[in-house]
Amino acid sequence: MSTLAPSRGSASGSTRGTGSLKTKISKPGERVVLIVLRLAAALTVVITIGIIVALLLPSIQFFAEVPIFEFLFGTRWAPRFADASFGVIPLVTATAWTTGIALLVAIPLGLGAAIFLSEYAHPNLRKTLKPILELLAGIPTVVFGLFALQFVQAVVFKQWLNLDTGAFSVLAAGVVMGVMIVPTIASISEDAMSAVPQSMRQGSAALGANRMQTTVKVVFPAALSGILAAIVLGISRGVGETMIVAMAAGGQAQIVTNPLDQGQTMTGFIANAALGDSRVGSIEYNTLFAVGLLLFVITLIINYISIRVVRKFREAY
Amino acid sequence: MTIHAMNSNLSVPEQPAQRILECEKVNVFYGDYRAVTDVNMAFGQNEITALIGPSGCGKSTLLRSLNRMNDLIDGARTEGLVTLHGENLYDKEVDPIAVRRRIGMVFQKPNPFPKSIYDNIAYGPRVLGMKPSSMDDLVEETLTRAALWDEVKDKLKQSAFGLSGGQQQRLCIARTIAVQPEIILMDEPCSALDPIATSRIEDLMRELREDYTIVIVTHNMQQAARVADRTAFFTALQDETTGNRTGVLVEYDKTTKIFEDPSDQRTEDYISGRFG
Repeated sequence: MSTLAPSRGSASGSTRGTGSLKTKISKPGERVVLIVLRLAAALTVVITIGIIVALLLPSIQFFAEVPIFEFLFGTRWAPRFADASFGVIPLVTATAWTTGIALLVAIPLGLGAAIFLSEYAHPNLRKTLKPILELLAGIPTVVFGLFALQFVQAVVFKQWLNLDTGAFSVLAAGVVMGVMIVPTIASISEDAMSAVPQSMRQGSAALGANRMQTTVKVVFPAALSGILAAIVLGISRGVGETMIVAMAAGGQAQIVTNPLDQGQTMTGFIANAALGDSRVGSIEYNTLFAVGLLLFVITLIINYISIRVVRKFREAY
Repeated sequence: MTIHAMNSNLSVPEQPAQRILECEKVNVFYGDYRAVTDVNMAFGQNEITALIGPSGCGKSTLLRSLNRMNDLIDGARTEGLVTLHGENLYDKEVDPIAVRRRIGMVFQKPNPFPKSIYDNIAYGPRVLGMKPSSMDDLVEETLTRAALWDEVKDKLKQSAFGLSGGQQQRLCIARTIAVQPEIILMDEPCSALDPIATSRIEDLMRELREDYTIVIVTHNMQQAARVADRTAFFTALQDETTGNRTGVLVEYDKTTKIFEDPSDQRTEDYISGRFG
């Protein structure tokens, strides 16, 4: 029945089937574009390696002077004192407090916002709210730092709540950092939840599930890998956040046992100590890099754990 | 080519003996657009009713109005009466979620949850707060009922996404019957499946008819002829007032009658392949 016969270079003047297959694919312009793109890709790799090397070299010098065990498990951080000691635990506790408090604020608020936007809000409302939310992520952290120091700590904690706290606290820094992270967690989680096919929600609804059940038991698990990625990004931002903690958490390196105490975080120490007056190769100079390396390793471990967790629990669709 | 109804089952009464679900002057709108106009029909208990017709004739829209799935679509609105055992599903005090517990739905594309086979079945009973004496037994019974047990009994904890399309669709049917609905709506359940998988689903439908009432939308006329006790033919007409095309019910009768001796010329044209 078919009238489509295979063409065999008929006499009809068809150009089909003529010409070699081995024609040059790329024009000169394309080749230039390709080279530029390759360079761009290579540059990012080179820069990353450069950063790692720059962190590693001074750190190695540091660990030649300070035993790694003393650094990781020492409980007194006093790198600039005459009887210097380099136990990083005080810095780590302060970072743990601020990050932990930030996540306690950011995860419920961020996921709540994401669930509302993805599952409950009218599409028009979502179209309006989401860009506003993402705009919040662009507020400079120094503004948040000022807010934490001058309003949350000085006014809310001390005046309104009459809490027993000084000029700085890890609580104020953590709470404000949490507010800062909310848009990140909300926006990425919302993307993940919106990407869950509508047919899943319909299937659930057709079984007589209500919207909350569908959200919690179908959409949420299906979006889990994206949601965890959002939370991990939040943790990474919390661990790495500098300005808020440098301004509001305080500058005294001590093991923090009470969130109303002040404490110096790892990033806070680097920000305060790296003022350019440490001589290259000196122990103070190398200390900065050792702390930086530790931050880098902690972030790496968090990322690794989260990848494993996501693999274990995700419900791929 | 003429299609002969294969289940030329003389036992199908002229009228549904027991009307479980009835539509009275049902109109469905999407915003200002009227997708379905003035449908009146009754679905018989423990019968399979097929809704056939060309694309855009409103048959899927009508199907979704039968368990208020249209409520999930922004701007969709249903007018008229849809009654289950005489109770209007669109009454203000009726909870659409309660409606869907009684009237389940199977979709065009298999849509298992991204969970294990076991959890796909257990999801509905858990969500509805059913307390079976043993969930394991319920899952086994349900999968057996859906003719899937032998194929999946050794991989209940594996993801449902590892199943073939036909198995996934039978899993979706199993998931639906796990919550014991009275009626199962099927929206072109075989359109994404090969002929062998299709034939297994059709066998399953005939078995399920013992316990459930089934309404199926299909583009496949042979399928309607093979499985349905009654068939309703819809077509799209110009709406007199707006000029838009809207779905209307042309003819609704025993499947044998529709395929062998249709009363309406449009039905005959459609089933003999002259249009649509």
